[in-house]
Amino acid sequence: MSNFAIETVGLTYNFGSQTVVKDLSLQVPKGSIYGFLGPNGAGKTTTIKILLNLLQSPSDQVFIFGKEINANRIASLKRMGALVEQPAIYGHLTGKENLVNRCILLGIKKSKYTDMLNIVGLTDAANKKAAQYSLGMKQRLGIALALISDPELLLLDEPTNGLDPNGIIEIRNLMIDLTTKHGKTILVSSHLLAEIERTATHVGIINKGQLLFQGTINELQDLSKPSVKIETNNQEKAIATLVNAGAEIVQQNEQTISVTFKTKADMGNMNTLLVQNGITVFSIGKERKDLENLFLDITSKN
Amino acid sequence: MRSLYISYFSEFYKSRKTLAFWAAIILPILICGLIAFGFYSSSDRVLKSNYPGLILWAQYSGAALNVMGMLILPFYVMFMAFSVNNIEHKNDTWKTLFSQPLNKFSIYAAKYLYALTLLFICLFLFATLTFASGHLLQLLVPKYTFNDYNPLLILVKFYSKLFLASLGILSLQFILSLIWSDFLKPMGIGFVGTIAGIITANVGWKHAYLIPYSDPTLALRVTRAKGAKIEDFPIFTQEIWVSVIFAIALFIIGYFILSKRNIK
Repeated sequence: MSNFAIETVGLTYNFGSQTVVKDLSLQVPKGSIYGFLGPNGAGKTTTIKILLNLLQSPSDQVFIFGKEINANRIASLKRMGALVEQPAIYGHLTGKENLVNRCILLGIKKSKYTDMLNIVGLTDAANKKAAQYSLGMKQRLGIALALISDPELLLLDEPTNGLDPNGIIEIRNLMIDLTTKHGKTILVSSHLLAEIERTATHVGIINKGQLLFQGTINELQDLSKPSVKIETNNQEKAIATLVNAGAEIVQQNEQTISVTFKTKADMGNMNTLLVQNGITVFSIGKERKDLENLFLDITSKN
Repeated sequence: MRSLYISYFSEFYKSRKTLAFWAAIILPILICGLIAFGFYSSSDRVLKSNYPGLILWAQYSGAALNVMGMLILPFYVMFMAFSVNNIEHKNDTWKTLFSQPLNKFSIYAAKYLYALTLLFICLFLFATLTFASGHLLQLLVPKYTFNDYNPLLILVKFYSKLFLASLGILSLQFILSLIWSDFLKPMGIGFVGTIAGIITANVGWKHAYLIPYSDPTLALRVTRAKGAKIEDFPIFTQEIWVSVIFAIALFIIGYFILSKRNIK
């Protein structure tokens, strides 16, 4: 048995002559919260639709719990719950009726809707027509619909879209709960790293249909090496001095120089060296690139 | 089979509050009610003609059947086929529907069957209400001769013909509404088709029966063998066959269109 809830092998998908997904090899381990990141139009939604077999993938490229999706469509879908793009809700039905309808389609007990309304905090709005819901409420209902079959694997496409900060935190906690307490696997897409940085255990970064990074959140953090940022009164002399001393210049602009960080002692030595050479040091400090910048770096490279 | 039943049941559940569903019930009640009211309020004039039972029934049921076959039925079918599909277009729910662990064909077939059911309910009510209101009129206006003839067989045969004759339109409109999410395209094509159907049927073009839109009009024209009883007319005439064949072919084509199409 495969240890991956989702595995794609060199997945390529074209819309006409345009390649939307290119040689994508996702590996989503069971029990993980997999943050699927990329700017708008990177191919995230397309990928999710392929994972739901809404878009036909070439055979032997997509595996859900180790089973090829085209050959096991219904069996695979039984284990999945999804929220794709804007939540798909029948506007003329109430929130409760939307959930009951889904229960009918899934052949499960209709009474399940009460738990779901509770989980997403829509109990008070249960008998209100869904068309009158706010964007945040629709999003919650969409999540309830995805959860109602108690699926092992959840695909959430930008689930916090339109939610207020409180709602975002609730969804975040819900995701953590589902994976830690109930052993679910969640693939959550977003165009903001900051949003899933705190919940995701694994990250995949996609841009223009290609996977640029895949690994645990720690591996992503390791990519960003700390540096020392120095501001002096004589930029050129400072650079010359530091390079002579064997320091590695990472970045420089008009006011500041960034040098690879080695140790704290090394940072002190650099300071001493600059002062001894008659340069006034205005500021010197350790700096770590945040993940957001790293994300931008990764996605803007290609 | 379970997939089909589940999807079919869900179609009922989600559309029970929509106009398409209620129209199937309200339309016959409204039209039969109006006709019955007309026969009640102007009973003096009708009684002057001294119709025997059979002719009275023919006049009475013909009032509903003629407008039905020509105009109301094709338009109701168009509207209903549109509505059954539009419920998914409007709410952008095709993708959710097809990401449920249900057989794709079942989802499609359930929708089609549901449309068929609505059409059946509508026509069944027409027949039943015509029969019932005729007898009610007899009670209210004892001089009427509705009791002299039992129109049940004729009514059933006519409405069965009408049902079968409209299957072609239903399937065609079903596909149009499946492909296009907007109201104008299927309605526009349907409207032009219906007008063309009425014209070709009325000018007596010999190939008119090949156009599904003229089949309901044609189906109501009955030719009997000489000396045959009034109830003796065939149900499966050529326009009925054309309609049914159209329906089956388009139903299959519709599924291929849907399964090939990527769900956006």
